[in-house]
Amino acid sequence: MLILTNEPEHEREREKSRFKVALRAISRRTLGQGLGFHREVRNLGLGFGNVRELQTFSLPDLPYDYGALEPAISREIMQLHHQKHHQTYVTNFNKALEQLHDAMSKGDSSTVVKLQSAIKFNGGGHINHSIFWKNLRPVREGGGEPPKGSLGQAIDTQFGSLEALVQKINTEGAALQGSGWVWLALDKEMKKLSVETTVNQDPLVTRGSMLVPLLGVDVWEHAYYLQYKNVRPDYLKNIWKVMNWKYASEVYGKECA
Amino acid sequence: MGSCCNNLFLPSSHPLASDFSQHFRCPKLPYLQRKGMLHGLQRASKVLAYYGLKTPPYKLDALEPYISQRTLEMHWGGHHRDYVEGLNKQLEKNNILYGCTMDELVKVTYNNGNPLPEFNNAAQVWNHDFFWESMQPGGGDMPKLGVLQQIEKDFGSFTNFKEKFIESALTLFGSGWVWLVLKRTEKCLAVVKTSNAITPLVWDDIPIISLDMWEHAYYLDYKVHNHHKGLFLFSIVNPSLIDPWGSSMQNDKGKYVNVFMDHLVSWNAATARMARAEAFVNLGYPKIPVA
Repeated sequence: MLILTNEPEHEREREKSRFKVALRAISRRTLGQGLGFHREVRNLGLGFGNVRELQTFSLPDLPYDYGALEPAISREIMQLHHQKHHQTYVTNFNKALEQLHDAMSKGDSSTVVKLQSAIKFNGGGHINHSIFWKNLRPVREGGGEPPKGSLGQAIDTQFGSLEALVQKINTEGAALQGSGWVWLALDKEMKKLSVETTVNQDPLVTRGSMLVPLLGVDVWEHAYYLQYKNVRPDYLKNIWKVMNWKYASEVYGKECA
Repeated sequence: MGSCCNNLFLPSSHPLASDFSQHFRCPKLPYLQRKGMLHGLQRASKVLAYYGLKTPPYKLDALEPYISQRTLEMHWGGHHRDYVEGLNKQLEKNNILYGCTMDELVKVTYNNGNPLPEFNNAAQVWNHDFFWESMQPGGGDMPKLGVLQQIEKDFGSFTNFKEKFIESALTLFGSGWVWLVLKRTEKCLAVVKTSNAITPLVWDDIPIISLDMWEHAYYLDYKVHNHHKGLFLFSIVNPSLIDPWGSSMQNDKGKYVNVFMDHLVSWNAATARMARAEAFVNLGYPKIPVA
């Protein structure tokens, strides 16, 4: 519900809010395609217009069918991974954020601190998986095609060849104990590529604030178990057939422009 | 995959035998002789200690319908076996670690928080041995006598302990284990969760029961409902399996954890382990006879 003050300095806020209402209506009609979140504007009742926004995050749609990545990744896995695992991260992320909002407004600092691990885990899960879906593409839409242009050149310069890079990522991914991710990262300051690993659902920035993820591979067991059982190296070998290098090149081009 | 045919092993159904993990693998010897690696051992007795894959104290289909034979074959025959073979391969190169018992190896390779590369394999072998023996067909129910008394003393009631255990299992981030341990310095039982391969053994505490919360432990059985319709329907009929935390994925983990507590956990093994632990940790008040 929107309760807006009439003070002139909030004219723009009101405009923004009207726009948001309209946007929300549109987004609801298009079933949230492509939009990762929608906003609710809440006034905390303090007459000076302390408008605090509580964003809720929602599960992004896959840009392809669940079965489109066969046989590299099975339909069953894609469905479970997207509808159950990613959805759970989103749900719990929203829950944690709501609890954080309450704790902050009550000034309960110990709860604020206690919630940090849940936010890191579930928020990280949401962030990482959102990138992951974009990293994959069905073969007929260009999945698996090697990178050309500036990213391809950078890979050849810094790793020797694409095969060498893939080999490095696969080795690090297979060696990762427990649950985590392996990334092709770009240091946007140094303009250097690197291979990084993160544990659990830690996002790439925890390994360096200048790091931008170009490609991420989920090596949690849920990402491959139903199809590849405990043979993680096979999963890592096959996932390159549906890797979306176009996305990586776009991100690389944007950061290195 | 129901038997480990080329390893000799002590009957692991005896709970107190869980520390005897040295298995003598004579077939390795000629290979090493060829590689010239025997060195000074040629004149000593011709046996080298390696670690073998211990079979669980029950057949692989004995835990149906709670844990399927397929999962046990995968989990024990695949994962656990890989850890054992990985460990043996690592030990071939590093003979400082020869001759330890499994417990010692875990503590030594943990290296006070800076684990050596062998730690992961060693700890996971130990963890899985412990886990198989923490379960039994027809398990669950309640502990008796001393274990129950200690639980009631340290948690208030068995229900409290059960809730705490389940909550820990469901709030574990990533891969790990949940344990009921006897803490050596505090002299009380506690529920502890650890990540990846860590075991309370490295903090010198005494584990009593463990539950594997790595995804491979429950994924095949509790993720895909249409493959295990029977189990799913069973869980609808049996209200004790309904997960109180309510989120759709927690329900799968929740079902697994509840099933473990209600039908699989071996309180017999726990009793034996507690009995042994009391030789090292003084739990009770001395019984001073009244004249």
